[in-house]
Amino acid sequence: MNRLHRRLLRSYGARPVHLLAMAGCLALAAYAALQLLAGRTLAVAAWFVGAALVHDLVLVPLYSTADLTARRTLGRGHTGTTPYLNHLRVPVYLSGLLLLVWYPLILRRSQPYRGDTALSEDVFLTHWLLITAALFAASAAHLALRGLLQRLRRPPRPPAGDTAKRPAPPPGGAS
Amino acid sequence: MAHDEQDGPADRPTGSTRAGPPRRPPGSPGSPGSPGQRTAALFRTAPPGPFRTGFWRSPIRGPWLTSVFGLVLLAGITIEFLTGLFSYAAYNPRLGPVNDQTPGKGILGFYLFTWPTHPYWLYRLNQGVHVTLGVVLVPVLLAKLWSVVPKLFTWPPTRTPAQAIERVSLLLLVGGALFEFATGILNIQLHYIFPGSFYTLHFYGAWVFIAAFAAHVALRLGIMWRALRAIRLITVLRTDTARTEPEPPDSSGLVTSTPSRPTMSRRGALALTGAGALVLMAVTAGQSIGGASRRTALLAPHGRNPGRGPSGFPVNKTAAQVGVTAADIGPAWRLRVHGPAGTRTFTRAELLAMPQHQAALPIACVEGWSADDQQWSGLRLADLAALAGMPHAASVEVQSVQRGGAFSTVLLAANQIRNPLSLLALHVNGADLSADHGFPARVIVPACPGVNNTKWVSDLTFRK
Repeated sequence: MNRLHRRLLRSYGARPVHLLAMAGCLALAAYAALQLLAGRTLAVAAWFVGAALVHDLVLVPLYSTADLTARRTLGRGHTGTTPYLNHLRVPVYLSGLLLLVWYPLILRRSQPYRGDTALSEDVFLTHWLLITAALFAASAAHLALRGLLQRLRRPPRPPAGDTAKRPAPPPGGAS
Repeated sequence: MAHDEQDGPADRPTGSTRAGPPRRPPGSPGSPGSPGQRTAALFRTAPPGPFRTGFWRSPIRGPWLTSVFGLVLLAGITIEFLTGLFSYAAYNPRLGPVNDQTPGKGILGFYLFTWPTHPYWLYRLNQGVHVTLGVVLVPVLLAKLWSVVPKLFTWPPTRTPAQAIERVSLLLLVGGALFEFATGILNIQLHYIFPGSFYTLHFYGAWVFIAAFAAHVALRLGIMWRALRAIRLITVLRTDTARTEPEPPDSSGLVTSTPSRPTMSRRGALALTGAGALVLMAVTAGQSIGGASRRTALLAPHGRNPGRGPSGFPVNKTAAQVGVTAADIGPAWRLRVHGPAGTRTFTRAELLAMPQHQAALPIACVEGWSADDQQWSGLRLADLAALAGMPHAASVEVQSVQRGGAFSTVLLAANQIRNPLSLLALHVNGADLSADHGFPARVIVPACPGVNNTKWVSDLTFRK
């Protein structure tokens, strides 16, 4: 038993439980896939694999590049961080997430919607824009409030002490 | 999310063949010597870009964060799978070919049972949870995938047969998750761009996905548990951005060796993901909860009622859309009841002259939205079965005047016929049904999927 275990580890690269889990997974997946693919193999396979590719090779690079661009454009504050960054990130992320999930209605892609439901699809773009505006407004208000509180909390000091008051750079920060 | 990819060329490891600091693959074959081994060594050199360990620089990526998202998904997807199985059972596919959208299901229908009629809100709750939770899990899924993206670019892609097979299973896992979420989210918005019937795609796709999901959970549960216990949640919640540090280097391949300056703490990333889930819930859940909250579902397809008055509740498909004309449901309309006693034909006036019964029931759609309890009145299906000479009918085939189209004919089971709340409704909320809600007569059955509550009924055939 032990020798079999070791041989499997050497030739296969994992424990027997791994092989069993993979065999079970692939067998069940293949059984369901026979029906899933029946009569439309290419189209369904393209959707299945395409979903992963579009996410990994389009969506992730897209939002990562956007984030990187934002970080570079906003530059760094005197503490080495970008103080406004998250006030931009949060509303952009939330608004983008809503668009990602509800884009067929927001962008009026849904052909039968009006006929099926007796409802107009025109409201969704308006709603999304208003929500987006509200998110940015809330973020801006939060930023303004933070600034105000910071100014109130800081006791009046002689101007000479200002330079010495910089916070220490965060540990483990710069590479 | 904190996307801390490359932070400028100056910060990147400069060596052209070094794949970053001491991350040597464990158990890699011996050092280069023979030509064959030299090719192998060349293969071990990662191509530039995301394959290099120095490329992925977010200091918050690591087993702990991945495990938190993984734990939420483990719970969430388990609920999604179970509510999905119930949803499938609710159509009673075993009852006959007209109810069965997936005749090739084989053993995948092993668990099927006759769908109950109690409690009357069962299907409404099931679908509301399935769809709303599915929408709410989107940011968690995206966060989980973001947290493990360096693993996609592991170099070399595989070193052992075990890794090669596991990569295939991960394609099924990631592709399957995105496929299930995409088909579900597109279907609830009536955006039918996917290649085939939603029922078959979402059903068989779920089994492909869950096969990979189960294997992934089986192989990673222990790792997840250990990672979660390695850092206490309270510690993470007390750590701000400035004091955020990478997790200790490990074999997971997730912890960066060249961390960039943190721009978001772990608690910030959790809060952002949670905020995404909450915002999605806020603009969605109202269409399933109904009542005053319906108007809060600002981006959901059924966040409004199509009108006011007794018939002013949400419609799945209008009469005009499915080609039901005024002539079909005008004075010439008749209900035909078939059974061993032969066929009996009724005008609407004759039906109204028979004893009327009341039922307060919701309409719940597979798409997750639902109409609140409405006051229906009409004839009990049980009474109609007796009228047909078959008080103990095993099923009834309900046919609509709607010509063709999915669900224009459905089968209802014995328990659905017998339930005293199951009606062939003629009125709703004290008024005649509107054309869009199935005038002259429609079926309404407790806990039954919306599309099986047939509108514009023309024929009822009771069977043994």
